[in-house]
Amino acid sequence: MRHHFILRIVAKLLIPLILLFGLYVQFHGDFGPGGGFQAGVIFGAGFILYALVFGVEKAGNVARLTIVRVMVAAGLLLYGSVGVVSLLLGGNYLDYSVLADDPVHGQHLGIFLIEVGVGITVAAVMITIFFTFASRGRS
Amino acid sequence: MISQHLPALQVVIPLLTAPVCLLFNNARLAWALSLVANGAALVVAALLLQQVLTAGVITYEMGGWAAPWGIEYRIDAVNAFVLLIVSAVGVVVLPFAPRSLAKEIPEHRLNLFYTTYLLCLAGLLGIAATGDAFNLFVFLEISSLSSYVLISLGRDRRALTAAFQYLIMGTIGATFILIGVGLLYMMTGTLNMADLAQRLPVVAETRTVAAALAFLTVGISLKLALFPLHLWLPNAYAFAPSVVTAFIAATATKVAVYMLLRFLFTVFGATLSFEAILLPSILLPLSLVAVFSASIVAIFQDNIKRILAYSSVAQIGYMILGLSFASVTGLTACILHLFNHALMKGGLFLALGCVVYRLGSAEISKLAGLGRRMPWTFAAIVVGGLSLIGVPLTVGFISKWYLVLAALDSGQWWVAILILIGSLLAVVYMWRVVEVAFFQPAPRQGPRRQEAPLSLLVPTWVLIGANIFFGINTDLTVGFAQRAALWLLGGVS
Repeated sequence: MRHHFILRIVAKLLIPLILLFGLYVQFHGDFGPGGGFQAGVIFGAGFILYALVFGVEKAGNVARLTIVRVMVAAGLLLYGSVGVVSLLLGGNYLDYSVLADDPVHGQHLGIFLIEVGVGITVAAVMITIFFTFASRGRS
Repeated sequence: MISQHLPALQVVIPLLTAPVCLLFNNARLAWALSLVANGAALVVAALLLQQVLTAGVITYEMGGWAAPWGIEYRIDAVNAFVLLIVSAVGVVVLPFAPRSLAKEIPEHRLNLFYTTYLLCLAGLLGIAATGDAFNLFVFLEISSLSSYVLISLGRDRRALTAAFQYLIMGTIGATFILIGVGLLYMMTGTLNMADLAQRLPVVAETRTVAAALAFLTVGISLKLALFPLHLWLPNAYAFAPSVVTAFIAATATKVAVYMLLRFLFTVFGATLSFEAILLPSILLPLSLVAVFSASIVAIFQDNIKRILAYSSVAQIGYMILGLSFASVTGLTACILHLFNHALMKGGLFLALGCVVYRLGSAEISKLAGLGRRMPWTFAAIVVGGLSLIGVPLTVGFISKWYLVLAALDSGQWWVAILILIGSLLAVVYMWRVVEVAFFQPAPRQGPRRQEAPLSLLVPTWVLIGANIFFGINTDLTVGFAQRAALWLLGGVS
């Protein structure tokens, strides 16, 4: 494991920045270009880079497949349950206006939660797809 | 309070149960959850149908955004009926799943199967429920992607190539549909179907609208496997797990036929799609060729699943034939056959599932003498086959009756004769199965076969029994189909 020295150093430097940028795209999506899908892809790409450089086994220790699978489901559930909560609060399905006292705040909160849900699921699905292909024939 | 949210709940219940099934790595629990979700969807569909019949169209604003801007769910006589068919077939097929899947899918994949199944169900229900052209495309992708996965789970490795073939063809179809929707959006600036219907007549004379109609028709025809775009279907049906074949054969193509009805009659309107553009002169011959070519190919198949798959292509031909008359009787025949064919093929493919459960394959040569060993299974195949042929007292007769009436109404008596000849071809390919099973002696060597377990026979006979029940008691289905046909021809207003 002594070769690919430069690759490993650069990857180590870049991966935190990639993850941070993913979070930026996620949370700045309200004000600028971005949103859950793009953020999820960027975040997932950080893990995929790690797996490419340091090997699938090591990456598997960071992102355990059981946890990733829970994340796939959790993101979609978060998205859907925002809709269910707005139903219970007397609005239509996914009507964010009823989520807070002030409709504007409600809209803000609703789209924020939904984009988080999208981000979680997309990142987890990206990682799952990569792992599925990368670990083919090993198990 | 809940009754006004039914259109959303129809889709949301299966959609949100799917990730819950993924969370618990437990096949039995996932199955129970799917059954509950599917049952709830059926109750919702029944309530919706009742509301539509008493109070007329139901609309629902997703997210509280008003109609032309936001996504609107719009339930009328047509899609309420489709929603009921899809969720009812699911409820009957699911109890069949655990026993049958135990032999076909590895244990650790079972909860993934139920997750994917629920996503497929949610997609199909979503296509039917939505009143927004782009939302329809999104649900189409959900249902298509999950059905590729479901098909690829088949035990035979050829299931993978079959699923891949379907994926390529299905994606081309979906892309065509998206292009069509995009062109409509370009011309009208709206995606809401009711709004599109109002705005399209103004720009109807343009080439762009004609191109949109062409793209949508071809794309949807790929999805519903209209001849000559049916090539993905036989392999997909033959190699998928038995439950999946029964579910998809009874629902997916039906929903695609609904899409075609919706676009041709509601969005474009009967006058635009049937008078300005010569669509009937394309659909009528294609559907007749579908009936004859697929039935003839079915006669020469060695695998019963493939026989029935080709027969599905032929039966879809009958549906499109009814559609191409663009008359009330024709559309009634189309919608009736949509329901009736779901009953026939659902029942027949479940019966085949029983055969595959005992034999491990559906090769016709292995069936020799099985008619006596598995009397209930093969009685189901016989009754289903009679219904497929169109014998009186079965649902098949009712659809053929209305189809012939529609052909005579339109003054094309030769089409009526062709329909009858097509039914005779069905006699030929179903007779091959019956002959081998009942009139050939069982091989002396080899294991003695037993009747399929009750948990498989009951769902099979529920669907087969429905073939007879709705064949005798026709008021209900014919009434729904006629209302739906009148509604489609009356426009959106």
